[in-house]
Amino acid sequence: MDTNKKIKILVVDDFATMRKVIRNLLKQSGYENVTEAEDGVAAMNVLKTTKIDFVISDWNMPNMTGIELLRAVRSDNDLGTMPFLMVTAESLKENVVEAVKAGVSNYIVKPFTAEVLGEKIDKIMESVK
Amino acid sequence: MDVKYINPFLEGTIEVLKTMAFVDPRPGKPYLKKNNLAKGDITGIIGITGTIKGSLALSFSTGSILKIVSNMLGEEITSLNGEIRDAVGEITNMVSGAARKKIEVMGYSLSASLPTVVSGKDHTIMHVLGGPSIVIPFEMKEGPFVVDISMGDPQ
Repeated sequence: MDTNKKIKILVVDDFATMRKVIRNLLKQSGYENVTEAEDGVAAMNVLKTTKIDFVISDWNMPNMTGIELLRAVRSDNDLGTMPFLMVTAESLKENVVEAVKAGVSNYIVKPFTAEVLGEKIDKIMESVK
Repeated sequence: MDVKYINPFLEGTIEVLKTMAFVDPRPGKPYLKKNNLAKGDITGIIGITGTIKGSLALSFSTGSILKIVSNMLGEEITSLNGEIRDAVGEITNMVSGAARKKIEVMGYSLSASLPTVVSGKDHTIMHVLGGPSIVIPFEMKEGPFVVDISMGDPQ
């Protein structure tokens, strides 16, 4: 098995159903080591207590949004270089610019296939090797 | 309502459902709807604002949405539970995003509100602008669903 497929992925989305959908797409791409968090605050708790290799986060969430989570991760001494894929419902130019400025590894616009998701993850993991 | 807005919603719906749920619904002939009764058992509604104001509703029969969400989740869902409600909201959001992207190419700037989900026998769809809406019917082997749109004139 490709060693990248063993990475532990944290999926962050306030909708449990969407977390399940992404988990299903990840499974189809060969990624089965997946854990979940319901918002940015819960995600930071997971990141501080569990070894995570990759974060996939929704943009729109209560408590702490995806962009706020990204900033918190990038400014953390231990988590600063964490691969981070942002999920958005629309490719608004200003959102993309904001995410890139905040240090996002890449972004993906819903709807997306398992194949496209897998390719994005592989590309990011290649770049951090 | 200008008929040029029909295709973006039609194509956006097919794109979202093909990509996320691996189904290929067949669109029928769009028609004008003059009452506010929903056509399906569960409906997602989202408001659209910006250069053009309006709203979009996706109303699914039980058979069609069970198949769509079962495929999305990779497990069989047999009743209209909370996961179905969440998924209807998410699908409505994604169809709105996909359609808005296509309408924006025409030179308009649009954004959307958060979707709401309504279910139950004879529930109604209250479009932001009121008045008649255009319905695009779709057929799947498991049952029908409709895209119900109401869009105003550019401001």
